[in-house]
Amino acid sequence: MKRALKILALAAALLAPLGAQAVEPGEKLADPAQEARARAIATELRCLVCQNQSIDDSDAPLAKDLRMLLREQIRKGASDKEARDYIVARYGDFVLLRPPFKPETLLLWGAPLIALAGGALALWAAYRRRRVAAAPAALSEAERAKLRALGVEGPDEG
Amino acid sequence: MIVETGHFALILAFALALAQAVIPFAGARLGDGALMRVARPTALMQFLLVAFAYGALTYAHVVSDFSLVNVIENSHSSKPLIYKISGVWGNHEGSMLLWVLVLSLCGALIALFSSAMPAKLRADTLSVQGLLGAAFLLFILLTSNPFARVSPAPWQGRDLNPILQDPGLAIHPPLLYLGYVGFSIVFSFAAAALIGGRIDAAWARFARPWTLFAWISLTLGIAMGSYWAYYTLGWGGFWFWDPVENASLMPWIAGTALLHSAAVMEKREALKVWTIFLSILAFSLSLLGTFLVRSGVLTSVHAFASDPERGVFILAILVFFIGGALALFALRAGALPVGGLFAPISREGALVLNNLLLTTCCATVVIGTLYPLALEAITGEKISVGAPFFNTVLIPIALPLALLMPIGQMLAWKRGDLSAALARLRVAFVIGVAALAAFGALQGAPYLSVAAAAVAVYLVVGSLSDLALRANARAAGPRAALARLLGLPLSVFGTAFAHAGMGLTLLGLAATGWGVENITTMRVGDYADVGPYKIVLEEMAARPGPNYSESYAVMAVRSNGQTVARIEPAKRFYPARKTARTEAGIVTLGLGQVYAALGEGHDDGSIDARIYYKPLVTLIWIGALVMALGGAFSLADRRLRIGVARRAAAPALPQAAE
Repeated sequence: MKRALKILALAAALLAPLGAQAVEPGEKLADPAQEARARAIATELRCLVCQNQSIDDSDAPLAKDLRMLLREQIRKGASDKEARDYIVARYGDFVLLRPPFKPETLLLWGAPLIALAGGALALWAAYRRRRVAAAPAALSEAERAKLRALGVEGPDEG
Repeated sequence: MIVETGHFALILAFALALAQAVIPFAGARLGDGALMRVARPTALMQFLLVAFAYGALTYAHVVSDFSLVNVIENSHSSKPLIYKISGVWGNHEGSMLLWVLVLSLCGALIALFSSAMPAKLRADTLSVQGLLGAAFLLFILLTSNPFARVSPAPWQGRDLNPILQDPGLAIHPPLLYLGYVGFSIVFSFAAAALIGGRIDAAWARFARPWTLFAWISLTLGIAMGSYWAYYTLGWGGFWFWDPVENASLMPWIAGTALLHSAAVMEKREALKVWTIFLSILAFSLSLLGTFLVRSGVLTSVHAFASDPERGVFILAILVFFIGGALALFALRAGALPVGGLFAPISREGALVLNNLLLTTCCATVVIGTLYPLALEAITGEKISVGAPFFNTVLIPIALPLALLMPIGQMLAWKRGDLSAALARLRVAFVIGVAALAAFGALQGAPYLSVAAAAVAVYLVVGSLSDLALRANARAAGPRAALARLLGLPLSVFGTAFAHAGMGLTLLGLAATGWGVENITTMRVGDYADVGPYKIVLEEMAARPGPNYSESYAVMAVRSNGQTVARIEPAKRFYPARKTARTEAGIVTLGLGQVYAALGEGHDDGSIDARIYYKPLVTLIWIGALVMALGGAFSLADRRLRIGVARRAAAPALPQAAE
């Protein structure tokens, strides 16, 4: 059902032209190297009216506009960074599917490291605590005598 | 009349759920067997009543009763019967009803298959399950009534969104719900164990089959949904790291961790506290997912704030159950005795490491999903967290995990020998390195695909070599080896298949980097090259469907001058909603697929087409099937069923050492 909802949302964006597709043949840049660069950048830019889809994937008219805008920059000779910055200057950080490093996203990018380090630390602490708590107490002399009576050699002390 | 009876049944079910929550709980506290026994009939009856309500809504959809708002908004008299039935859950109200139906089914299953459980634990479990049922039934009755009528009734409905009119919708949601609502069983078990204060290996034996059951369903549900997106959305994407997808992935990762820690708890009485915590976590994440999807908070934080009725209700349910369970956990967990000891290098140690890495993945997905919502709510700033983020942070965790999986499989319980385990994986390492060289030579870029594919091959071989080694060790010949293989406990097959399945999926994912696409404009008679195939556009025509009209193209897939297949990508137009959808033309060749989708047609008779060759892509879903098969093997293992079935003989029979 969850996907259904997503598709509903997509469908809303999709309603417009009949069977329009992401990246249409007419959009492609003549220079294959430039086109490849444009594609790579496009996969990291968000189609603003879709749910978490890149403009490279999306059929929405807005995504098409953004693709054209991006290709125009590339054709004019902009570097990858310049082309991306051009779009971000117009649409904000929201357009970046890979959120930029900045104070507000520190916790986001740090999340895996924090989780991993925190978990490892907790494990280490638990392991140490347990070794101390569960170290077997040495046998008393009476217990040793009992063992000897049963004909069993007492375990080494340690 | 049937519809009103259904509505009434839902109200009765709510009342029964309350009784199920209160009476057995009181019985368990008072030590009154009669009160505790109330749990079973109320759980069964609650299920029957919800099933009746669900049947009533389905009936209204099937007969196109347009006096129901739900039917008007989501159905049309000309819609094919299968979509009238599956359309019941293709909307908010119906899907919540399905949610509750599965929840009450879980309660009924516990009631039916738990006679071996201690009476108190059983009563408390069903009581918690009853409380969950009551909360969600109340949610439906107060905020999402699927039985609302309208007068006068229109003569026609507005139809179901065409994108949802697909066999995928008929299968995907029920499986998905069986999965993540199925985790409610383990949640209730955990809460009951905390209430009763007794948690031991027997608890793990009761809980593990249910965890497996939920996990298998969720695995299949996610895979099904992903394949549905793949063929429906028209460009071959199968996973978008969308919050809605993450909502199902979070409980899957937590459930996977739970399966592994429950294994330790059952075998060695260790990791009890952690296992209980994961039992709570898995279903908590299901609840979180339900909240994300059902509250509208994803569409916009502001939309949620302006029309909060449903969202706040689910949020209250979420806070009550997660908060309650965690409070109970905090109160009781400290008192649990420490379980069996083990050295860091051991099967247990490997499973702990698995849990550390899986929990890290899970935390990352949760934070990645919630972060933009939280940031916007707090600072008003909007950011996007999409595929590039998740790929960047999860791949460095997932690949080492894949490397470690077969090693863990090879370690002995309590104290393992790492160098011996590595030595047993010699073959897997050699084949993995060979795969690295082969993929590198054949494909070259991207390096990540080459590395991931090599790890995947190693994982498949490593997972299965456990079986091979067990069968061959000290065996006289192939017959003896086969006999040994067949004599192995089913759970050993379960582990091997589940791990190998993960490897297959990983290989399929890695191979997406080697896909080829050709976006072009074609006329009849034109051809386009895509990977090793030549696609010829042979014909373009139109035909009517049951409730749509379709224009389609016939494309021949040629290889070495021979036509090996024909595909028919199409564009459908649904007049009821004036909506179009594209139907991809797909053919599976070997393990790869040729995938074609039609774009815009031009005045000169040509048409835009997107054609892909996706090598090994089917492995993504075949791997999921193999994982689920592994789960089924484990579920079928006699030793695991002890908790489910009536105990045949006296306590656990002695088992061959493993």
